[in-house]
Amino acid sequence: MIHSFEGLLKSIPCLYPSFLGQAEGAASSAAAGSIGLTHYLVVSALAFSLGITIIVVRRNAIAVLMGIELLMNAAGLNFVAFAKYSNVKGGAVDGQVVTVFIIVIAAAEAALALAIVLNIFSNMNTIEVNEADALKG
Amino acid sequence: MQGSEGYHNLMFWIFAATAVLPGLGILIAKDIVRQAFWLLLSLVGFACLYLLMGADFLGFTQVVVYIGGILILFLFGVMLTHRTDVPLKEVRGWNLVVPGIVGGLLSAAALLHVAYRTEWNTEASAVEPTTSAIGQKVMSTYLLPFEIVSILLLVALVGATYIARRGGEKGESE
Repeated sequence: MIHSFEGLLKSIPCLYPSFLGQAEGAASSAAAGSIGLTHYLVVSALAFSLGITIIVVRRNAIAVLMGIELLMNAAGLNFVAFAKYSNVKGGAVDGQVVTVFIIVIAAAEAALALAIVLNIFSNMNTIEVNEADALKG
Repeated sequence: MQGSEGYHNLMFWIFAATAVLPGLGILIAKDIVRQAFWLLLSLVGFACLYLLMGADFLGFTQVVVYIGGILILFLFGVMLTHRTDVPLKEVRGWNLVVPGIVGGLLSAAALLHVAYRTEWNTEASAVEPTTSAIGQKVMSTYLLPFEIVSILLLVALVGATYIARRGGEKGESE
């Protein structure tokens, strides 16, 4: 299963101009068959990119916020993964504390942004982000 | 041992698919409520990945805060901004689809490049109960960030209440 996934990634040459030569060395842990840090980083990278695409493509303000939540989750996953594979003794907990902070900040951001969205809706009767251009020069 | 490793790998792929693939659903789904439920699936996937990495406290915090709090907030937002005269769909800005996809692919390329080309440490630390350790860290090493983030949360929530309420009052007076 792992080999087929990496084969899928390798089959996209525009993403990996120099990927083919280095793959076996860099992803040796993946070749051994166990899940390593690289796998978590790939999951996080894909979620992050999807979040960015959602933010740019969708016009509904709440959908844009969902993209931001996806970005924050990807960042939190990265912190936990790096901490789990860190050399520092007890380091696994440090990354998780940072992710707790990320979750708190995401909660604050969601509450504030939704309040702003409600206000925009009551003033302009829409939540399309490109309709709210009153400050545009 | 080999069997448990295979089980772990299988769980990882299932959880990774649960975390990433709903992103496509959020991107494609037309109905905003369907998007919210795709986001629910994605958040469950992330919580499962946290649990798989031995971050038990984080996994449950993710479920309680994200799914129990933020997602409900989103659904409230959807309901409060729902216009009954138009169907609950959005006009998509087609002019931004190509830049969005190009930007997403570029960021994916950069991040995957770093993820694959760096020699990461592959030694996983042992799985231990994390809740008391996180509590001690928060109360000792990370005391100042903890207090700052508490104040930030308080200020943000009071501000959110104020902003949302002022809009309602203005709506009543007009």
